[in-house]
Amino acid sequence: MLAMAVIVYCAVYWLEQAALPGNFEITSTVNNTMPLVLVAMGQAFVVVARGLDLSVGGVMDLANGLAAVHIHDNLASMVGWSVLILIVSGAFGLINGLLVGVGRLQPVLVTLATLAIYQGLAIRVLPQPGGSIPPLYTAALVNPNRPYALIYVMLVGFLWYAFRRSSIGVAIFALGNDEQAARANGIDTLQARVTAFALSGFMAGAAGLFLAANATAGDATTGDGYVLSSIVAVVLGGMNLFGGRGSGVGVIAGAFVTTMIVNILFFSNIDPLYQSFYEGLFLIAAVVLGGQIGRLLRRR
Amino acid sequence: MTLAPEAEGRALAPTIEADRVSRAFGGVQALDGASFSAMKGEVHALVGENGAGKSTFIKLLGGRLKPDSGEIRVESRPVNFSGPDAAHALGVWTVFQELTLLPWMTVAENLLIKREPRGRFGLIDRRRIVEQAESILAGFGVRTVDPRALVDDLSLAKRQMVEIVRIIAQKPATILLDEPTSSLGDSEVDWLFGLIRQLRAGNNCVIFTSHRWSEITHIADRITIFRNGRELGTFNEIDERRAVSLMTGQRVEAHYPKPRPLGEVPPKLEVRGLTGPGVSEVSLMLRAREILGVGGLAGQGHRELFFSLFGAEPTTRGEIIVDGKRTRIKNPRDAARAGIALVPEDRKTEGLLLPLSVGANLTLAILRRISRFGVLLPAYERRPALGMVDALKIRTPDLGNPVGKLSGGNQQKVLLGRWLLHDSRILLLYDVTRGVDIATKHEIYELIVRLADEGRAVLLYSSDAEELAHLCHRVLVMRERRIVAELEAPGITAEEIVSAAVREIKVVGNRGGRAAA
Repeated sequence: MLAMAVIVYCAVYWLEQAALPGNFEITSTVNNTMPLVLVAMGQAFVVVARGLDLSVGGVMDLANGLAAVHIHDNLASMVGWSVLILIVSGAFGLINGLLVGVGRLQPVLVTLATLAIYQGLAIRVLPQPGGSIPPLYTAALVNPNRPYALIYVMLVGFLWYAFRRSSIGVAIFALGNDEQAARANGIDTLQARVTAFALSGFMAGAAGLFLAANATAGDATTGDGYVLSSIVAVVLGGMNLFGGRGSGVGVIAGAFVTTMIVNILFFSNIDPLYQSFYEGLFLIAAVVLGGQIGRLLRRR
Repeated sequence: MTLAPEAEGRALAPTIEADRVSRAFGGVQALDGASFSAMKGEVHALVGENGAGKSTFIKLLGGRLKPDSGEIRVESRPVNFSGPDAAHALGVWTVFQELTLLPWMTVAENLLIKREPRGRFGLIDRRRIVEQAESILAGFGVRTVDPRALVDDLSLAKRQMVEIVRIIAQKPATILLDEPTSSLGDSEVDWLFGLIRQLRAGNNCVIFTSHRWSEITHIADRITIFRNGRELGTFNEIDERRAVSLMTGQRVEAHYPKPRPLGEVPPKLEVRGLTGPGVSEVSLMLRAREILGVGGLAGQGHRELFFSLFGAEPTTRGEIIVDGKRTRIKNPRDAARAGIALVPEDRKTEGLLLPLSVGANLTLAILRRISRFGVLLPAYERRPALGMVDALKIRTPDLGNPVGKLSGGNQQKVLLGRWLLHDSRILLLYDVTRGVDIATKHEIYELIVRLADEGRAVLLYSSDAEELAHLCHRVLVMRERRIVAELEAPGITAEEIVSAAVREIKVVGNRGGRAAA
């Protein structure tokens, strides 16, 4: 599906611009997609465990806001605060996990509530769009001139690869397969569940950092749209919302397809008012097609 | 009838014992002061009706549940299992009826879960998982399961085999098996018994529950009988009649009710040349009040025949004629409208809606009758449902009880009851007594005969040739998707059915008129 989307994208671009997308285009596309890739991967961890994390938007906003306010133009600040923000994001994810696992509450319910809470916290940190991200930070994360982004994408891919082959990964997959059976096999399902949510928080935090770096300034509301997009990317990537199976590589592809669709619409010069409409249409088509393709390819 | 005598001369200390254990659930006393002991090198069977407490007992021994009172001892030391892990630590492992396999992971991943081989960076080496799984499966003589297959893609029998292998691969000192043969075919049962014999020879202790008397006598050294939560004794040797009467508390007269005499009636159901992926030119004729058996070795097309007649499997050629009229049956709704009902073997996944109540399951096929203007009326549901519970003696605390909580035999009765309420005149019964305890089986036999007597036409498949031989007016034998023999009562024997299944013999009429192929 990704191949299809890339082809269509190139075709439309060529028609409009009389040239194929160049390096700059590709780099900026990848840069723009990084936040979605990250947050979608985080969502994937939770979806595999048969859950859903709606609070990712809030965590992204919070990370975004904190980064804009606190990251200053020196290495210590950049590195230190980045780490701190990631830890905090992971902690918020942990809270989600504990509420769902120990409190035995439905994930949708819990994360809907924490979404609002985290959004609120984000607004408190950065009431108006502003703050600033040091240029060096932007250059490191979303460099418009060097394809560092591809490296980051590969890192995310490796993250999934390692996850899939780790004990905790197996535990989370088992949890999504059949919680009872997982427990009967001696798997600590509470630990698995909490970890899945913590990872989601962590990834959402990373996404927020990339978002801030890309915009070179902070905005504590841009993360909101990513909640739905992260789920769309996961579904497009062929992952089953009931959990227990699916491929993270597919999710990365799904994130790119989602962005591609938006870009295709942009370049086809369709009236911006109708863009949402077409976006929705494309997504439905993609999901249906994806389902059929998935049925052919099965697993992996 | 002596039980397998191979236990002579083994170690004499009990390796696992229960001393007057009791356990209640809510208001129901599932076990009341049951005692038991089993030795190393022994194969011990637990028998009893459904609801007698066998499963609860196994769960107690395996650490899945805690007793309310009484003591469990392993190697003569009292234990208080905090959970199954504690039991595992002492070498006591359980294979439950509800499989604990992860459906969307491969056989290999399931076999090696939590013990996966590691490669670089301490990450799981997926290729070696498959290799190790292959050697484990080969070591247990399992050749028909692909370690790379997803568990969900396997048949129930293969899944059960994988589960059994998974647990025995842990090298248990004592292994508990709850209804291990309920989903296995004949060759798989032989394989399992081979394993059990190996375990016994290795001085391990094997405890299992089963309803199949022939299995129990084949392999068990001793049996312990349960009834109503009480344990009625352990026996080295027991007569089947006595065992059944102990289990049911009643005297069981004849094994099988005799089929009633038929008059000359036109056929209710005729099938001509039915052909599809699973059946080949099958023709048969079934009259009202007749019980027509279908026998043969497993996997020869019986399932496909039954499912095709019910519209659940596609056919490419052939006619189905109901009451003299050609009928198109392309899906179960067509079949139901034609008055045909199918009671399948895998009740859990092919028939019952487990989380729904007994009442809802019973009335599932007659929704139109119990609703007005599209709205279901609970009041209308109660009467027919209660009537059926009564008629079939379904044991359930009330109609609202989720059907998943009933014992296997009672679940089967609910499924039967559903189609009886639907007033179908043609019943396709597919191995309805599989996994059902002996006493309930007898009840179901009586039911089948009565149903036929009331005017229905019954097509009956059973993996138990004895059942077919005794219950049916005629028996068709299928082999390789075709009908290869037709046997008529009186005088059908299980041996005839089996030989017809194995050698193609055209036999029509009594034993006197047999012609070899």
